[in-house]
Formats: sequence, C-alpha cells, structure tokens
Amino acid sequence: MLRKIAISAVAALSLMSGAAFAAGGAGHVHDTAFAHEGPFGTFDKNQLQRGLQVYTEVCSACHGLKFVAIRTLADEGGPQLPADQVRAYAASLDAVMLPDGNERPREWTDKFPTRSGDGMGPDLSLMAKARAGFHGPYGLGINQLVKGIGGPEYIVSILTGYTGNEKVEAGTTFYENTAFPGGWIAMAPPLSDDQVTYADGHPASVHHMAEDVASFLMWTAEPHLMARKHMGFVAVLFLIGLSALLYLTNKKLWAGVKGKKIA
Amino acid sequence: MAGIPHDHYEPKSGLEKWLHKRLPIVGLMYDTLVIPTPKNLNWMWIWGIILTFCLALQIVTGIVLVMHYTPHVDYAFASVEHIMRDVNGGWALRYLHANGASLFFVAVYLHIFRGLYYGSYKAPREVTWIIGMIIYLMMMGTAFMGYVLPWGQMSFWGATVITGLFGAIPGIGESIQAWLLGGPAVDNATLNRFFSLHYLLPFVIAALVAVHIWAFHTTGNNNPTGVEVRRGSKEEAEKDTVPFWPYYVIKDLFALAVILVVFFAIVGFMPNYLGHPDNYIEANPLATPAHIVPEWYFLPFYAILRAFTADVWVVQLVNFLSFGIIDAKFFGVLAMFGAIAVMALAPWLDTSRVRSGRYRPMFKWWFALLCFDFVVLMWVGAMPAEYPYDWISLIASAYWFAYFLVILPLLGIIEKPLPQPATIEEDFKAHYPAAE
Repeated sequence: MLRKIAISAVAALSLMSGAAFAAGGAGHVHDTAFAHEGPFGTFDKNQLQRGLQVYTEVCSACHGLKFVAIRTLADEGGPQLPADQVRAYAASLDAVMLPDGNERPREWTDKFPTRSGDGMGPDLSLMAKARAGFHGPYGLGINQLVKGIGGPEYIVSILTGYTGNEKVEAGTTFYENTAFPGGWIAMAPPLSDDQVTYADGHPASVHHMAEDVASFLMWTAEPHLMARKHMGFVAVLFLIGLSALLYLTNKKLWAGVKGKKIA
Repeated sequence: MAGIPHDHYEPKSGLEKWLHKRLPIVGLMYDTLVIPTPKNLNWMWIWGIILTFCLALQIVTGIVLVMHYTPHVDYAFASVEHIMRDVNGGWALRYLHANGASLFFVAVYLHIFRGLYYGSYKAPREVTWIIGMIIYLMMMGTAFMGYVLPWGQMSFWGATVITGLFGAIPGIGESIQAWLLGGPAVDNATLNRFFSLHYLLPFVIAALVAVHIWAFHTTGNNNPTGVEVRRGSKEEAEKDTVPFWPYYVIKDLFALAVILVVFFAIVGFMPNYLGHPDNYIEANPLATPAHIVPEWYFLPFYAILRAFTADVWVVQLVNFLSFGIIDAKFFGVLAMFGAIAVMALAPWLDTSRVRSGRYRPMFKWWFALLCFDFVVLMWVGAMPAEYPYDWISLIASAYWFAYFLVILPLLGIIEKPLPQPATIEEDFKAHYPAAE
C-alpha cells in the first residue's frame, strides 16, 4: 500500500515537474558526440555491445525492452553479436511465462523481458526517441537541426547528473539530478565507477558506461538507423542527379519559347 | 464548354475510332495533358503538382502501412513498432508517410498564399477556390485523425483536446462529442472510426482534386499578371499560352525533384524533427503530458483558438449579447473555424477589380503583413498560453480577421492600381525580348 502511494506521489511529482519544464525549468542536458550522429554517422558496434552489457547488468533489474526482439542483437547495423552467442544470451534471461502458468526458457525469437509493478521503471525500448534534450533557442527547437533531438544525450545527462543530495517525501526517496525536469528523480544513482567489467578492457567510469548504454538505447529505439541514413544518402544523391538532368531538359525545352539560343 | 480554344484529339487508327465512339477516354486524357497554359507562370505555380504527388505518396504508403497496422487500443502502438522494426522497409514507409503529411501542408500553404497574392480566387475562379478550401479542410481532418492512429501520448491527448472543441457547442455539444468519439472519452471506438475515416477521406480528396482541376481547366489557369488568356481564336490563344505537356510537365518535375532532395534528406537524416517525442510513449489516459501541442501545420489556427480568452472584451461583449450562450471556449472554436471561413469568402470580400497583387501597390504591403502574421501565429501557437504570448496571439488573430473583413474590401475602393499589361504575350516579351 505504501509503495502504491509512493508511486502515485512520483507520478504526481513528474506531472508537476513537467509543468515546471514547460515553464522553462528544463533540466540541463549537455551535448555528447555520438558515433551515430550526422548524415554519415554509424553505430559503433563495440559501443553497442558494451551498452548491452551495462543494460543487462544494471538497467534490466528495473527496466524492460518490450519492443526489442533478442534476435536483432545479431542484425547488421546493431551490436552484431554472433548468432550462437545471442541464443545463449536469450537463454540466460528470465523465462517466458506460458498462459497455463508453466515456464519455458526464453528463445532468441522472443522479445526482451518486460518489467512492471512496484518500484519498476518505464520501458526503455523507445526512451532515446521519447525524450528531447534540446529545445532552444527560445523553445523553437531549431538547435535540433544541428545537435539532433537529444534523446541519448538526455540519458547520458540523467545518468551523470546526480548531485549526491537526496530528500524523502511521502515515504519515497528522491535524488537530486541536474538533468531531470524538476530536479528530483525517484531513481537512485544506478552507476558507480567500474561497476561493470568490459571484456575489451575499455574504461568503465560512470561517464563511459552512461554513453555506452545511451548509444545502445538509441539502437533499441531506432534499430534501422544505419539503413535509413544509407537510403537517405542514396536518395539525395540520385535526386540531385535527376534534378540536374531535368534542369537541363527544362532549359532546352523553354529556350525556343523564350527566344534564347540553345547551347 | 468555355475552354481556351486548342487542338482536340482526333482518333486515327481503327481501334482508336472504335474506342472513341464508345468511351472518349483517350481524348479526355489528351485534352487534359495539352491544355493551353499561360506561358508566363512563375515558380509559385509548381505547388499543384507537388500536392498531387503528396496525395499519391500518402495513399500508396498508407495502403501498405494498413497491411501491417492494427487499429485497437491494445495493439496499435505495438503494431507501429512492428512496422518500424520487423516489416521490410517498414521504417521507410512510416517515415515517408509521417513526413509526407508535412510536405503536403508546406505545399498547400504556399499554394493558398500564391492564390491570395495573385488573386486566383477572383471571378471566374471562385468555384476552384471554394473546392480548394474544402480540400484543405478535409486534409486537416485526415491529418488529425492520422496522427491519432499510432496511439502515442500526443495522439491520445490531441484527440481529447480537439474533439473537446465540439463539446463547446452550446446545448448539443456534449452529445455531438460523445457521438464523434463513440463513447464518453477517447477510446477504442474512437480509434476505429478515425482509422476508417483516415482511410476514406483521401479518396474523397482525390475526387475533389479532379473537380478542382476540372474547374480551373474550364476557366483557364490564373497567371502572375492576372490578365486572362485571349480566347478569340486558337491563333490568338497560342500567343499567350504553351501546351501543358511538355513545357510545364518538365518544369514541374524539375521542381518536384529539387523539393524531394530536401524531403529525402529529412526522411533519411532527421525523420523525427517535425514530430513530438511524447508520441513515442504509448497512450496513457491517466497521465496528461505537460504540454499538449498540435502538429506544426495546425499551429496558426490553434493560436487563434486559444487567443480569445474570457478576459478579452470582444468575448465578454459577445457573451453578454448572447445571454451567455457563447462563452469563451465556444468563441474560440467559432474564431478558429471563422478564420478559415473568411479566407474561403475572399472572392466576395475582395472588391478590387485588379486580380494580381503585382499591380496593387498598397495591397502588396498588407499581404506581406498577412504572411508575416501567419508565421507569427504558427510560432505563438507552440508557446505556452501566458504573457506575452497571449497578447501576441490576440493581435495576430485580430489582424488575420481584419485583413479579410476590413482591408480587402476597403483596398479595392481606396487603392489606385498600377497599369496592367494588355496581354500575357506583352508581359512575356517584356521579360524575354528575344521571344518571337
């Protein structure tokens, strides 16, 4: 019962903080240079794999990825883990509950487990697209043209934005966070230096882990990002060529009407 | 039929003659394609083709999206994610469709303002204008219902706010709202009927587009001078016009290709720029987003809706005179629809006998101010309803109405227009002296 009250208090607080956010009380989100940014940006496969490790060892305790199929970890443009490794990974996750109450081991064709209930956080599948880090100048959002919408940056800023202050309200502890709208978040600081040990020996400071998991969550939100940019590039290139040809055709066609000499 | 005189289709082979006697469809297509078109059209006359392309793009991508979408409150959001992740090229279809709506509205606004500047709404083109306005209203309805289908937070709360407008109608409002929603609140019944209508309306729009084209092919296109094509004889008409094919088909295709460069850059590199992040959160009737904002193309009229609050004296006066039947909320709804209605009535509000703004020295400035006003309304529509934005939106809304209801009627009386060219040919030769 107490938990329920606490959760509704959190919900109410997040609404209030939302209002503060609208009034200009936005949390501070700093820009991070990700490998996937820009028209030619691609995901860093190794970073996605490290991010998966952070998600699995830390975030997955309270956050699910209900829209993400485990098999996609092997897909091109993603973490690209070997198929047998992905199958083994799937089997290590929570078993799947069957309608008859029995369980079966999770297959790689299943989705990631979901998390719901007391004390659990929101699903992270789309988090990197469901938050905008950048709104300026003057709330016009034009800086998104340069920096991107800022979802992964928001995640990094949340994970690294704890000040160490906490307060208790209605039986729930809130932690001061410079990036969270309203300044107080119910999630305890999840990361500490060297909390995970990367297989590739990459340094595991809070900042590194935050960037790695944010990059991974950008991939879960937009798994076909690289294919999309590829399509965009080919389409733009092709259409520029087509425009040039049509320009010349149009010029020659109208030359007669306009009484101009045709070169 | 009153058209511009030109060569008509003559069936030559036996098969063509056989078909032409029974169904003159080839003749119809031929006459449509070679229709004499003023030869002085500028680049603002490309938007019609862009709009036709947008309609085709939306229908084609939409039909394929429907094959994978589930219109049910429990599955809609997940089915969109299924499209984005598992359907081959599904992400491309969805991003093309979502951003295609934005391209559609960019084009329609430029098309409408082109018409407003060059007086394309004036006699004898009032019917073309009115049909265009109906198409525009239907586009808004279709876009609004389409935005509800992904069943994200903005979908749900946008639907709640906008259908709530009908609840503002005195007396019968709440019944109408419940009838539209299929229940007391936005729910599965709402989603299903919006889905049905979102699929239906584009085909109604397509039919209206055919009538729109039929109407202006009867009157002939307007052109930057506003001077009519001479119709005394075929030879005379040919001095003012070129056939649509190939001259304008190629010109319009060139413009389309250039615009598609920008469009595909947005779809490929920043497909969510024009969307709202909250729509990637599944609809939750228990959690209201802090800031409910409509899509950018609704913002000018949303600003007008919000501008007339209870503390505005006009609202208080109307409230008093109507014995309280028209309250601030209903006034706002009337103002929003009225803003489009006064635009639709432009053919009868504009008293000037000169069609093109090019020869109207005073009109030019008021029109420029209207364009600026539209941009201001769009910006202020996205801002919170507080000082100073409330004042800005009130002034900007007032100008919108003043332009159509006061300035257009008065200008025709007080303005002294500049001399117009006698013919399109004369204007064309002034630009291209070498043209024979």
